[in-house]
Amino acid sequence: MSADVILEVRNLSKTFGGVRAVDNVSLSLARGEIVGLIGPNGAGKTTLVNLMTGVLPATSGTVIFEGLDVTRQKPHQAARRGLARTFQIVQPFPDMTVLENVTAGTLFAAGASSIRAAREEAREHLQFVGLGRLADTLARTLTLPDRKHLELAKSLAMRPRVLMLDEVNAGLNSGEIDAALDLIRRISARGVTILIIEHLMKVVFSLSHRICVLHQGALICQGKPAEVAKDERVIRAYLGSRFAERHKGLVGNG
Amino acid sequence: MTIRDNRQVVGFALVGIGVILVALLPWLGGNYAVRVATNICLFVTMALSWNFIGGYAGYPSFATAAFFGFGAYAGAILQTRGMPMLPAWGAATIVTAVFAGLLGFTILRLRGHYFAVGSFAVLELVKLAASTWTGLTGGGTGLNVPILAGGPEFAGRVFLYAALGLALVTFAAALYVDRSRLGFGLRCIRQNESAANMLGVDVDRLKIAAFVLSALFVGTAGAIYASWVSYIDPTDMFSILMTIKVPVMVLLGGAGTLFGPVLGVVAFQLLEEKIWSSFLEVHSGVLGLVIVLLVFALPGGLLRLLERLGRRRAARAAA
Repeated sequence: MSADVILEVRNLSKTFGGVRAVDNVSLSLARGEIVGLIGPNGAGKTTLVNLMTGVLPATSGTVIFEGLDVTRQKPHQAARRGLARTFQIVQPFPDMTVLENVTAGTLFAAGASSIRAAREEAREHLQFVGLGRLADTLARTLTLPDRKHLELAKSLAMRPRVLMLDEVNAGLNSGEIDAALDLIRRISARGVTILIIEHLMKVVFSLSHRICVLHQGALICQGKPAEVAKDERVIRAYLGSRFAERHKGLVGNG
Repeated sequence: MTIRDNRQVVGFALVGIGVILVALLPWLGGNYAVRVATNICLFVTMALSWNFIGGYAGYPSFATAAFFGFGAYAGAILQTRGMPMLPAWGAATIVTAVFAGLLGFTILRLRGHYFAVGSFAVLELVKLAASTWTGLTGGGTGLNVPILAGGPEFAGRVFLYAALGLALVTFAAALYVDRSRLGFGLRCIRQNESAANMLGVDVDRLKIAAFVLSALFVGTAGAIYASWVSYIDPTDMFSILMTIKVPVMVLLGGAGTLFGPVLGVVAFQLLEEKIWSSFLEVHSGVLGLVIVLLVFALPGGLLRLLERLGRRRAARAAA
């Protein structure tokens, strides 16, 4: 592939017992791209992210980051390389302050020179996601939208090259989603490559340059949002015919 | 932030006063007081050590007595074979730390209760080895360690200062860890190990470091103890009571804090002395009951209680 590829998976599979959770998936992310990853529940989206960040070992296939085979990396190595991810279910350190939560990322993944330097850098990330005012509150007291923002700040703290966002918008109301969309665009503008897992079609179709569709572990389609929205297999497996009708307009400008 | 700094100043001041008192004890109190203080210093070492793995990292280890006994046997065996006391202590420290490091690779894969049970098994295994390897350890008849020359009073002082010095070194290590990257990483591990890993914390390496730290100075403490009491046997050295007492002391004071373990040891020892004298017949039962009450009623330990009282007073003063 072209030199612009930052992350690539080749023939990646993961089986749990007899279930093929990820089935021979090959895809690549170009530098600076925003790629949407969609598919029904249980399609293997989160498993795929887990394979790419070393959380789970792959059954077969390879993961290549910046030309380097990273298939067997441990999660902390992925983090230090700049492969960051957020969790579908937010995982703050509950009894630490918001600032300390983010400092963990700047200290361990981004390799800040001292705890003090890490804390200063963490403050900037908190400002960026709009959590500056909550720096000294305990993470467990945050509301859901704030927790989602904290999760984003933590992953930004890792100075990511590729950021995988696993349903960062689930459970937010539409005003909050607009703010989140703006935030993701600003992250992308910093040159971060983004893989976004989403069930909210409004988010995926308006953000993504390209969309990949997983179904029963296999990649059944990838392409520009407008093409994907019209794809018969995708409509049958996931979107439904009503969506295709209703959202012709939405994807037109994608 | 400033309130916290003030509290730290108070903590350091109290530790300083405690150190001076213990150092002057040979002139202030009798042999009994010196013995109690030596004991307290050894327990402070063990409590601060346990705090690395059980407090900061949140891994409930029951291996403390295993390391204590291991260090005691290592020191005693070397001393009976002619090594002078101080080098024997140093060697016992190193051997215990290496033992913990090797052990850590295997049992730190276990989490939560499984780890607790695994660490308990270590205690039983080491005890079994000490009881059956008669050629090396003397088996059930135990080992006699050469008695320090110079009379009991002199020896009492030597062991008091050795235990005090060791407690201070351990405290310095705890202070360093508390403020370092290692301590920060361990706190992350306690709260959410997989999230910590995902944020770039090398959890395996940090856990092994904490486990080795939880054994290192305990090994020295065991060796000092062996030289001090000059006779060791398996049941005394690998006692289940001790392996439970140390975590209880830390929980009593406040786990995962710098001063909590020190406070816990002092409070526990005072409590034990009091109960020992008042309930001679049933003291273990009463002590057990007190432990259960304390752990359930004081989940954050005495340190948290003091903090809460201080905050309430500050709020009342403000109103």
